[in-house]
Amino acid sequence: MHVIVVGLSHKTAPVEVREKLAVPESRLDEALARLRTYAGIREGFLLSTCNRVEVYAVVDQAEEGHARVQDFFADTHLSLSSEQLTPHLYGYTGDRAIGHLFRVAASLDSMIVGEPQILGQLKDAFEVALNHKASGVVLNKLVRKAISVAKRVRTETKIAETAVSVSYAAVELAKKIFSNLSEKTVLLVGAGEMAKLAAQHLVDQGVRKVSITTRDAASAVELARRFNAASIPFEHFRHEMADADIVLCSTGASHYLIGVEDVQQAVRRRMNRPIFLIDISVPRNIDPAVKDIDNAFLFDVDDLEMRVEQNLEERRREAGKAERMVEEEVGQILHWMKSLEVTPTIVALRNRAETIKQAEIDKALARLQNLSAQERSVVEGLASSIVNKLLHGPLVTLKAESTAGGGALFVEAARRFFGLDDQTAAGRPDAASSAEALDEADPDESAAGRAAERRPAGKRQA
Amino acid sequence: MPAIFFMATIALYLGGTAFSSAYLSRRDDTLSKIALGITGVGFLMHTIALLARMVEAGSVSLTSLHDALSFFAWSLVLVFLWVDVRHRIHVMGAFLLPIALLSLVWAAALPRETAPMLKTVWVHVTLSMLGTVGFAVAFAAGLMYLIQDWLLKSKQFNVLYTKLPPLDFLDHLNQLAIVTGFPLLTLGIITGALSAEVARGAYVSWNPEQVWALVTWVFYFIVLMGRMTVGWRAKRAAYLTIIGFGGVVLTLIGVVLKGHAPVM
Repeated sequence: MHVIVVGLSHKTAPVEVREKLAVPESRLDEALARLRTYAGIREGFLLSTCNRVEVYAVVDQAEEGHARVQDFFADTHLSLSSEQLTPHLYGYTGDRAIGHLFRVAASLDSMIVGEPQILGQLKDAFEVALNHKASGVVLNKLVRKAISVAKRVRTETKIAETAVSVSYAAVELAKKIFSNLSEKTVLLVGAGEMAKLAAQHLVDQGVRKVSITTRDAASAVELARRFNAASIPFEHFRHEMADADIVLCSTGASHYLIGVEDVQQAVRRRMNRPIFLIDISVPRNIDPAVKDIDNAFLFDVDDLEMRVEQNLEERRREAGKAERMVEEEVGQILHWMKSLEVTPTIVALRNRAETIKQAEIDKALARLQNLSAQERSVVEGLASSIVNKLLHGPLVTLKAESTAGGGALFVEAARRFFGLDDQTAAGRPDAASSAEALDEADPDESAAGRAAERRPAGKRQA
Repeated sequence: MPAIFFMATIALYLGGTAFSSAYLSRRDDTLSKIALGITGVGFLMHTIALLARMVEAGSVSLTSLHDALSFFAWSLVLVFLWVDVRHRIHVMGAFLLPIALLSLVWAAALPRETAPMLKTVWVHVTLSMLGTVGFAVAFAAGLMYLIQDWLLKSKQFNVLYTKLPPLDFLDHLNQLAIVTGFPLLTLGIITGALSAEVARGAYVSWNPEQVWALVTWVFYFIVLMGRMTVGWRAKRAAYLTIIGFGGVVLTLIGVVLKGHAPVM
């Protein structure tokens, strides 16, 4: 049993290839059903976003599995020949495949490292796979783990904390001047794209009052509607600046629209309350000398871009931390994967039974002091044959299922039924004797005891 | 007995100051947690030391300058703990704790004996010290404001920039501290004058430190009025409160150099 991933992403394939291979949500059902028809694929999960198309699968043979998933891709889009497709595909097996899944979920493999959408997309894709029973014990556990790893990365590193777009950098700066944006007023001068975007971000962050001024009356009306804003005649906007806490300037003018005098006056009329000016126009529309006025804070495109660059640097630094977390988590999940192999489970099951049997025999013989050698061997034989006959069924089934395809499921079941992962009970003589003590006690109590034994398994499931 | 706790407090506040200061330039948030922990234990020691002093003196009326400075430091650390735990502004430690530490070190160098005087003088001392705590907080907020203002203006988006709170928060804190501190100082001066009248038959004896105290009071009065009427806020308020706290410290030094208790 192997976990594999085959796919392509923004790192290996241009958008022309990605868009052809992408599976729209409406066709995800059909694709998953088809994936399961390829030989040797036991579980499958398909992640398709605009930046990546990947198939995660649990397969019998790794190489064979890779080939089958490649066939699946080639069959998905008939106009792409395998020769065209193969150079863009990457494939990983085992720990590297799991590591890749975790990195994708934690947004370490994203075009913009730390962007939050991928986790939602992964959850949606998982939902579909669950509904179609395309994923099973192994993939379910892996994807759930990937989601929790992503959340851990998000909370324990600063990977998604800082702004990585120019328009958002403006918001971040505003938050260093004003603690409560919802009480602030934004004045939008001009209808430049970047300024509109920044205004939108500010509104998203709680700004309630927006005023707009442009030379072109039509776009002023459109913008006023979009931001539910008041429109100010262009000739008067300098006078209105005193009411604005944040001025976003982005026009096509080739000269300074806002000069030192204008800002000085505004600051005076604002009784020295800080005013935050962002000039996103090239050439600039606000006189750079404004930056020397007390309580006026002016930033231009270069400043915002510098901020973005610093934040990206910060994200890269945090990504290093996240990578180490992923490694650690992969190590843990591999431990669980190992437990799903059939042979160690059979050995563990036999050992468990043997220890219990031996403990019970010792106890019984200690009470029956006067037995002859023959009688003793009868008692021992009785115990052995009960244990062997009881185990016969489970062992045969486990062996059969390991080759028939349901291996992981049955192994997991066996481990839970017999408490093989329960360190406190596993094969220790005193554990066996306490089980006996329960049997001798009040039947109700003994039932409660069994319920308590079941609890750790329930916890694992949750 | 109180001396042991007192010295332990100084050591712990020193640790808190060191970790808080180191936190300013490091990305790691654990430093601020360590600082908080150490200072918290220090505060506990300090509380015990103060209580032990009261038991020792057999009264809550501690009036020596040693005790006044110790109480001032205790209140300031209480403000720090509140801001750090409640408002999660960890940088405050680096600005408030050094003041508390210096004041305790100074207290350690002063005699503990209380000159025989009126029982009610402790009311004057307590109110004046609480007023001073307000001015110290305003001073710290003003300093932080000027630093953040400078970082923004010079476009130095470094670690300190990311840790300092928004400008308008600092300005608001500055205002809140003055608005709280000023009435307390006013009451402190009034109770001081009343005590003096009872003790010596004169409300004011016009010695230099009394004059300084009045100058300080008038200064903060003007600062407060300026903010309310003509917009002395933001950068100007920051400068003024830093100067004002300088005046407060000079008054205290004057009191010590004269070698007698705060009012008499």
